[in-house]
Parts: sequence; C-alpha cells; structure tokens
Amino acid sequence: MAPLKARVLIRPKQGILDPQGKAVERALPALGFEGVEHVRVGRLVELEAEDPARLAELCEQLLANPLIEDYEIQTL
Amino acid sequence: MIWGVLQFPGSCDERDALHACSLLGEARLVWHEDRDLGGAEAIVVPGGFSYGDYLRAGAIARFSPAMEAVAELAAAGGPVLGICNGFQVLCEAGLLPGALLLNESLRFVCRQLELIGDDERLSIPVKHGEGRYWAPEEVLDELEARGQVVYRYAPGQNPNGSARDIAGVRNEAGNVVGLMPHPEHAVDPLTGSTDGLKVFEALAGARA
Repeated sequence: MAPLKARVLIRPKQGILDPQGKAVERALPALGFEGVEHVRVGRLVELEAEDPARLAELCEQLLANPLIEDYEIQTL
Repeated sequence: MIWGVLQFPGSCDERDALHACSLLGEARLVWHEDRDLGGAEAIVVPGGFSYGDYLRAGAIARFSPAMEAVAELAAAGGPVLGICNGFQVLCEAGLLPGALLLNESLRFVCRQLELIGDDERLSIPVKHGEGRYWAPEEVLDELEARGQVVYRYAPGQNPNGSARDIAGVRNEAGNVVGLMPHPEHAVDPLTGSTDGLKVFEALAGARA
C-alpha cells in the first residue's frame, strides 16, 4: 500500500503567550494592514506514513509537545 | 564522585561543564550515541543547541541513546543537572515538569544576574532565547508547595518572562535539577563569580 500523505499543524495552546504572533500582529499596521487580530504562529510538518494509525502517537511523542501545543492531523 | 557530561551534536557548553565538574571530582564526556555512561555517578546535560534545536529545543536530544541511560540513572536516584538546553532536554524527556518557551521579548538575553536559591543569592550568567519557564497554574502551585522551585530570578531581574520568576526546578525526589542560567560559567574568579560551584555542590549531595 502506498504511504499516506499527511500534514500536521502545530500551534501554541490557547492561553499561552505567543510572542511571535504578537510581533507579527504589531508589525502589520506599519504595513497598512489594519484590523488583524489574534495572530498565532505555529509549525507545519508534511510527511508520508506507512502506518497512519500511529500518526497521533507520533505527534504526541515528537512533533508536538502536548503540554504547550495543540496539533491537528490532516490527511491529504 | 565521577561526573559525566553529555555531548550532543550542537552542544556548546560541555567544556565549561567538564571543567566545573573536574573541580569537584573526576569528569568525563559522554557522547550522545553511547548507551553506557562510562561509570558516571552524576550527569550534566549541558547547554547549547542539541541537534540544532530542530523542531523544538531539546525535542530530538531526548531520544538519544545516552538520554535513555540518563533516565535510568535518574530513576535510580542518581544526580542529574540540566543547564539551559539541558534543562529543555530534561523537560522534553519528562524528567522535569513544565516547558521552556521563547523569551517574552523575543530577544536572546546574555547577562550576569542574581538568582535566589535556598537561603542564598547567586551571581550567575544567563544566555538564551528560549528560557521562559511555563507550566499550568495548578502545576506551579504544586511545585511551590513541594519546594520544587529551586532557583528564582531576583526581583526585577526575570530576563525572559518565566512564570513566577522561576529559573530552575527539581523533580519530586530532588535528584534531577534543571535551570536556565549557567553555573558552569561561574566557577572561576577570572569570570567574576564562583557561585556556580554551589549549584554543582548542591546537586552532588542530592542523591535520592
């Protein structure tokens, strides 16, 4: 069977200060982009997995730190 | 006591850590691929950028063969000290609670500052970009109640936005300690302070 293509989105958990998001948010008005709020900066990991059943486990153990980050698996 | 200092690709403070340990006993480097700690009775996980800090600081180092051996040593009560990136590694490995996040200022900080330990004030440098200690509020309450917060930044000197000015924590048993400041850079009068030795000495006496 062909490996499954997936995309994992990793974001800082709500309630945790994200200074990168804040910096982006503060920079936008200077470029004329008004009215943009709640910017959060995360990570995107693309992968191909032979055993998609283990994707969640893989995210919990390595791709995300579940204490501080939420993750979302999108299969392609 | 025989001290082992881990060395990962990207470590950069292992030489100073080795020097600090050699002032207190015998000290040797342990390569990250070694499953055997070479007789080390205490371990220092040093600062730097293990595996390039890829993914998250400390995330990949945690899976190294040497870290498996460190986890076993820690479980057996052996003293383990994580400094800066080493603190991040110990948190990622679940040997210490909490996590280290990007500094609130987004700036790399590098300066001498004061830490408050158990009844003592220490002058020790910090140098990091991801040192903001974070844990859920209830975990912070537990850590404080159990005396697991070992080092705090002196009032007004918190360099990174750490919760409750926390600079270092220990595990419940007390034999695993992690801190963001660098005691290994403060062991010789030449660099202005020898207070760092107290951190190593305290840990040496902390066998659980």
